[in-house]
Amino acid sequence: MPNSRKFKIPIGPQHPALKEPEGFSIALLGEKILGLDIRLGYNHRGVEKACEERSYIQAMYLVERVCGICSHAHSTCFIQAVEEIGAIQVPKRAQYIRTIIAELERIHSHLLWLGVAGHEIGFDTLLMYTWRDREVVMDLLALISGNRVNYGMNTFGGVRRDITPGHVAEILKGMDILEERTKYYVEVATQESTIIKRLSGVGVLTLKDALALDAVGPTSRASGVDRDVRRDDPYAAYSEVKFDVITDDHCDVYGRVIVRVKELMEAYKIVRQCCQQMPEGPLTVKVPRKIPAGEAISRYEAPRGEDVHYVKSNGGEKPERVKIRAPTLANVQAVKCMLKDGQLADMPIVVAAIDPCFSCTDRLISIAEPRKDKRVMRWDELRDHGIAWHRARGIDMDGLNLKFRKMLERV
Amino acid sequence: MRPGKMAKEVLRNSYKKPATNLYPAEALDMPFNFRGKLNFIQEKCIGCKLCMRDCPSGAIVINKVADKKFQAVIDFSKCVYCAQCVEVCPKKALETTRDVELAQLDIKKLKVVFGDDKPNAPSNAAAPSTPPVA
Amino acid sequence: MVAALFAILIFPGLLFLLTSGLVFEFIDRKTYARLQNRVGPPWFQPLADIIKLLAKADVIPSAANPKMFGLAPLFAFTAAATAFFYIPLWKGQSLFAFEGDIIMVLYLLTIPTLAFFIGGWYSTSLFARLGSVRAVTQLFAYEVPLFMSILAAALLADSWSLEKIALFYAHHPLYCLFNVVGFMVAMVAMLGKLEKVPFDIPEAETEIVAGAFTEYSGRLLALLRLTVDTEMVVCAALLVAVFFPFGLTLPPVLGFIVFLAELLIEVLALSLLRTVVARLRIDQMVEFCWKWLVPMSLFQLVLNLVLKGMLT
Repeated sequence: MPNSRKFKIPIGPQHPALKEPEGFSIALLGEKILGLDIRLGYNHRGVEKACEERSYIQAMYLVERVCGICSHAHSTCFIQAVEEIGAIQVPKRAQYIRTIIAELERIHSHLLWLGVAGHEIGFDTLLMYTWRDREVVMDLLALISGNRVNYGMNTFGGVRRDITPGHVAEILKGMDILEERTKYYVEVATQESTIIKRLSGVGVLTLKDALALDAVGPTSRASGVDRDVRRDDPYAAYSEVKFDVITDDHCDVYGRVIVRVKELMEAYKIVRQCCQQMPEGPLTVKVPRKIPAGEAISRYEAPRGEDVHYVKSNGGEKPERVKIRAPTLANVQAVKCMLKDGQLADMPIVVAAIDPCFSCTDRLISIAEPRKDKRVMRWDELRDHGIAWHRARGIDMDGLNLKFRKMLERV
Repeated sequence: MRPGKMAKEVLRNSYKKPATNLYPAEALDMPFNFRGKLNFIQEKCIGCKLCMRDCPSGAIVINKVADKKFQAVIDFSKCVYCAQCVEVCPKKALETTRDVELAQLDIKKLKVVFGDDKPNAPSNAAAPSTPPVA
Repeated sequence: MVAALFAILIFPGLLFLLTSGLVFEFIDRKTYARLQNRVGPPWFQPLADIIKLLAKADVIPSAANPKMFGLAPLFAFTAAATAFFYIPLWKGQSLFAFEGDIIMVLYLLTIPTLAFFIGGWYSTSLFARLGSVRAVTQLFAYEVPLFMSILAAALLADSWSLEKIALFYAHHPLYCLFNVVGFMVAMVAMLGKLEKVPFDIPEAETEIVAGAFTEYSGRLLALLRLTVDTEMVVCAALLVAVFFPFGLTLPPVLGFIVFLAELLIEVLALSLLRTVVARLRIDQMVEFCWKWLVPMSLFQLVLNLVLKGMLT
């Protein structure tokens, strides 16, 4: 009876395979995947609207906290857009410092990803080792910027803190250690037969599909798409450093591992060049509180792919509109294509291979059943509508709120 | 292609010291200039309220307690530890410390008053250009 | 009568079995952690886990069948514990013995897997059903090489009683060298029975939450964890008794210490294997077992048949 073996399994929003909540509903026949439904929006926090109520300086710190792992990416991208609107020239030394922090962040993100990929295929040793080596980068970043994530190095017109020669010595030492460890991970990834068995031929995304679905970042570069914002549209100090864009033609998860590990080696090269070439000079220029009217789009190569920010200013102290398109939003559409004819056991590693960061992604709410009638609700009307909707289904929030308040008073 | 490629490295780790710290038995050490808990130096504050204007989360409130004396009420549950207030203060009245062990069971204890208190000083005075609380 | 009760309940019976299960779980977890450059849990961690679980409430899903759901862990633990009584570890004797008990021990060790299947199936949750189906699929893959390699060793010893097999190899230690291939096959197949990486597919944490154990909580989960620990001790003791029981000709206490040392070495080998490989997919695992393990155990069987003919 083949039909009785068809069923739908929900992976998420809460699931040990996912680091962040996202709804995947998989139709299975035995262990084979027949179809996939993706539902986004669980991490929506209203960041774009919140930016409109804050001054530029306050919005900068808010945008930085869109994501923890690629916080510098969002912060720099936003600041670059605003600096373009205001025609602000950032000094050279600040550009170099921004590049160094960007590459250190890329190193930390890719090492984290290697560990997560190991964990998803049951190889916890790889997780522990890569995260132990990641501590080198985290300590460097804490030394330079004052925090392990959410570095807060940027400000409008430059950077807030300097990289002293003492810091440079520590950075170079760290790069040497990490380069040796990364070479070992390349060896393991290419020679350990259980890893190769689990990762080869899994999550295949052909070049044609990658271009049609607009995948970005290492996900697309592993399918042979030769696109990298650092080379095609240079920002910060990338036009002055030499580096290769890594592409691979495996088109599967194994290719994505290779691309990310090789990008790590390129990142060490870039950091070393920047440390040597960094010119002396001021760290920042003075920027007025009111940015002139205008709009700008800025792009940035985050560890996960191309990050796009759009900022519109109307001449005041607060931005009029901020729009953030994170790389995972572009890549998550490709997961459906990758999992066609796949197996359930491959689903966690395929989702992990696009390096999902759903905090970055959820900038919009998707309406499951669009209504025919359109009307505009005020805030209090929306609140009443929500309360009535829940009461109609037997959920009364009043009693629950009272209970919680009493519990908190007892503590 | 061989299984167990990591065996040599793994066995070497069996006699090396573990890389994890036995926190809280061993103390944590943050690097110099780490952005931890804030500290307010009352003698230097002139009450310009630039810090209040620039705080992304409305965590700091400056109140006047006497002539030329101000107190700062910082809500550490709202503070994001960005140190923008430290940077923008013209008199360097705010500074970061390396204190990171800030967890509390009672959220009221996270609202810290720095400086002398008037007997009935308001602790949540509204001020211009703080972002909305909602 | 008192001596019999003491033997069943304390040593080498239930109390010894439970204690050694917890001790070996600690050794396994500590070794795993140290090999990964971490500190690892303190010595009382497995005991603390069991005590904590016993204190929690049992939540039985409303769609599940409460009788089967509750009885499955009990069946599993009873079968694993009963199998232990037939393994010789003190003075070369086991608690009970009869001719043909090795077959019974192997069947008793199959029952926990079937009980996990029943428990997972009657949980009616999707993850539990997937996990239980995977457990039975895995059973089809590793059981044949495991049985064949153990029975090959029994063939050479010319007996179906575990006690007599152990005594045979204890008196002729050189014959153990002939069983090396069978021992390696049995070690790898044992990883499948104990559901450890690379064969921990039935309870793959990142794919199906906890497999057949997903809906279990409280005292039933404590019993399941004790079963898993006991299974490890029983399987390791079985392999030691069949493949290199060197301690049985020595005086009792010394022999027992040698037995424990061999168990320790086996548990350490299992931890090392767990650390250095990734998890396989179910189809890759079945393919691996039938392509590699079965021919190797067949070779061991044929070799032992030829040797038996030559020696007698």
